[in-house]
Amino acid sequence: MARVNFDGVSKVFDDTIAVDDLSLDVHDGELLVLLGPSGCGKTTALRMVAGLEDPSAGTVTIGDAVVNDVEPKNRDVAMVFQSYALYPHMTLRRNIEFPLRQQRVPGDERARRVDEAARTLGLGDLLDRKPGQLSGGQRQRVALARAIVRDPKVFLMDEPLSNLDATLRIQTRADIVSLQRRLGTTTIYVTHDQVEAMTMGHRIAVMRDGRLQQVAAPQNLYEQPANIFVASFLGSPGMNLIPAIIEGGHASVDGVAIELRGGSGRIPSGPVTLGVRPESTSLGTGGIRASVTLVEQLGAETHVICTLDDGTRVVVRQWHRAARPDIGDAVTISLDADHLHFFDASSGECLDADR
Amino acid sequence: MSAGVSRRHKEWGLAYLLLLPALVIFGVFTFFPFLKNFKLALYQNPPFPGLPAHYVGLHQVGTVLSSTEFHQSLVSTLFFVAMVVPVGLLGGLLLALAAHRAIRGMSVFRTIFSSTVVSSVAVAAVVFGTLMDPVVGLLPWLGINPHPAILQNPTWALPAVSLIAVWQFLGLSFIIMTAGLQSLPEEILEAARLDGAGTWTMFWRVTVPLLSPTLFFGLVVGTIYAFQSFGQIDILIGPQNSQFTHTNVLLYYVYQALSIQNDPGVAAVLSIVLFTIMLVFTVLQLRFLERRVTYAGN
Repeated sequence: MARVNFDGVSKVFDDTIAVDDLSLDVHDGELLVLLGPSGCGKTTALRMVAGLEDPSAGTVTIGDAVVNDVEPKNRDVAMVFQSYALYPHMTLRRNIEFPLRQQRVPGDERARRVDEAARTLGLGDLLDRKPGQLSGGQRQRVALARAIVRDPKVFLMDEPLSNLDATLRIQTRADIVSLQRRLGTTTIYVTHDQVEAMTMGHRIAVMRDGRLQQVAAPQNLYEQPANIFVASFLGSPGMNLIPAIIEGGHASVDGVAIELRGGSGRIPSGPVTLGVRPESTSLGTGGIRASVTLVEQLGAETHVICTLDDGTRVVVRQWHRAARPDIGDAVTISLDADHLHFFDASSGECLDADR
Repeated sequence: MSAGVSRRHKEWGLAYLLLLPALVIFGVFTFFPFLKNFKLALYQNPPFPGLPAHYVGLHQVGTVLSSTEFHQSLVSTLFFVAMVVPVGLLGGLLLALAAHRAIRGMSVFRTIFSSTVVSSVAVAAVVFGTLMDPVVGLLPWLGINPHPAILQNPTWALPAVSLIAVWQFLGLSFIIMTAGLQSLPEEILEAARLDGAGTWTMFWRVTVPLLSPTLFFGLVVGTIYAFQSFGQIDILIGPQNSQFTHTNVLLYYVYQALSIQNDPGVAAVLSIVLFTIMLVFTVLQLRFLERRVTYAGN
């Protein structure tokens, strides 16, 4: 096990900055999720730890050693790829023991470790098969077995669940978490799926356009987003963002005054972007006027999508027993004053971060 | 029900209509001559042109197959194929590996390496013939000057024309191998790097098995190419010397029998034998070697 450190790391491809001045510390034994949309640089950052890409600037450290110039095979990291990257011509046993053969581990020791890894991942009966004879979920477990059999310092996982169907993804997600907690191996996990990130990571690092936006524990990230991007990226649906004006200790939205509480009272007057999670909104009387444009019933809950007079879209989350409005209904939306977020209208940065 | 049958008839009719031009062309230029060959093989031609051929059944086949000329031609053909295919494939693979790097200017080398495929046999033969010329060639200049000269030498003439065929096949082999290398799944190669595979292990344990469909395709194409080589021998050796220099490979023997000896019957027997050998080689390759091929996603 080891910590991984990015210190001012950048990666430039021709004219494109894939990773821009990334400084991040992954703790020993931690599962850190790199989260962000496509093209945000998360996979490039992961590949720089693996040694598959060289940093254009900065240093990558694994344990106590700077590894910028260390060959991938000498970094003692194991990677699980999105496509599984199994050797199609080898049996599962040969696939799993491939890294051990390269390390010249003796045959009996090799067999013992392969059997143990296969047993851990429920592959014991399949060792003589080839990858082509397995389902997607089984292939994914072989890729994991090949990673854990080496007992590496660091696991690197690049969207390993993307090719699985929804049910299998949930099951494998839980398997990976429990495996990582049991082995205690430092793990960097890349995904664009915020549910995956929220459920798996000790901490989540959110990236956008190559830059790190925020690093925090999942719940902290959800409750205290550092900027509009993080606020809207996390949560399903994301945080509602409504233009508002701060004046006289109140936030005014479409003529409706909302009391500022706690640290929010220190926000200077002027235009802001008000953020509120869908679960902190409700349909009632005396709130902000809106019309219902869509009603999505998800079983346990219902999302009522409303449009304010100025065109802003607001999602209201209701439990399934609540009275559902119809499309086109005129409604008023109330916001929970204890759970409001305020962002700078131009920079998007959080204004009440010390709340 | 009847509407469905009628629609199916219309679809079949349209299908045959669209196939008709191809069927006519293949019928006239491929299938008819192919079948006519079997008839020709059953008739013996008299040694003087103009006299009618007479039916001899399979007797002519037996005569040809037991002749010394045929045995010599078969040995020469197998030697030629055994030279051209492995060397051409290996050479193409090595060049493709060398050119498979993201280095500035590599496209120039790719163009050079693949250029032999578009150069004509005649040009290649003349260039190599000049290089091997006993007076003005490159080899005498290097101190290699056997007597008789290489292209008239019973020991060296066949390797020399094989070399030209290898050179010409290199371009095609290079293109096939380059396409194969470019389609290799990058993530598997990266996984092998992370798993600790060195250059040698990477090549033999990962790249070659992943490239097996390409190698197999190259083998089949190369074998057919080698069996059908003709121009190099005709231009550099000629019908007078081919027998003496052991360069009368089967296809050239067919040409000799038909155009020089004016014997369509013998030529037909030889071409059927050549066809059968190529068919057997291809089927054997498909049956036994394809088992070792791993296709992507398999």
